Amino acid sequence: MVNPNVQGKKYPETAPYLVGREKIREFANAVFSTNPINHDLFAAQAAGYPDVVAPPTFAVLIQERSLNAVLSDPEADIDFSRVVHGDQRFIHVRPIVAWDELTSVLEVDSVKSLGAHSMITFKTEVFDRNKILVCTAISTLVVRGGE
Amino acid sequence: MTHINIASLEVGQEIGSEVFTFTRDSLVRYAGASGDFNPIHYRDDFAKSVGLDGVLAHGMLTMGAAVQVAVNWVGDAGKVIDYGVRFTKPVFVDANDGPLVTVVGKVGAINLEAKTVRIDLTAVSHELAVLGKAQAVVKL
Repeated sequence: MVNPNVQGKKYPETAPYLVGREKIREFANAVFSTNPINHDLFAAQAAGYPDVVAPPTFAVLIQERSLNAVLSDPEADIDFSRVVHGDQRFIHVRPIVAWDELTSVLEVDSVKSLGAHSMITFKTEVFDRNKILVCTAISTLVVRGGE
Repeated sequence: MTHINIASLEVGQEIGSEVFTFTRDSLVRYAGASGDFNPIHYRDDFAKSVGLDGVLAHGMLTMGAAVQVAVNWVGDAGKVIDYGVRFTKPVFVDANDGPLVTVVGKVGAINLEAKTVRIDLTAVSHELAVLGKAQAVVKL
């Protein structure tokens, strides 16, 4: 069982992540994107962006870094081998673009029990180098109870 | 700039569809791109040892692929301002014969004032809905 006392707990800001242009292209290829704005600098600039634009789910890379802190937190007591992804949402103030330098702060929104299982919902706020909010990622993990 | 005239849209209207083939190659590619190296996404023996029927796709791969229907419709990946899904069923990926994932997008809601359109996506593999409440809000 996930420790319900971690509800409301905030984890320290993650180290800056520098978004590379090739990383965006690599991620875009992996999610079957053919949108030129994800790949081509000139297409992105013609659409008004400073550089190549990341696909709408790219912020999962940043969320993952925050989540690692929770998953390795002995207080939260999460057995990663029993974790299933329940739901996921990304709310963007603006899209992520190449050469953004992103940090994130994660807060445990809620911990609920559902029979033998626990559901833990996280909110990760992603900021740019000027500390302006770029994206909020909300994720629920289901931790299956022991048999 | 977009070619879409919001006033001409109707709720329920289909805006596009795509059929993706998920192979082991797709899973390894997504693992590398995303940094999610959980072996349930590439090793049958490991997947079986934790009680799964076999290797399954990353939920985030299905989520990331499905939204491409909305992206292709609007023509600009940066216009998807809010996107959420529930993971309802795993997508098992056979080593030789990866499954098809069929995604269809429809207009779910229109906000003329905010100039946003909610696209409701369905993603089906082996006749099962693998995403639930998949909704992408697009800013026109």
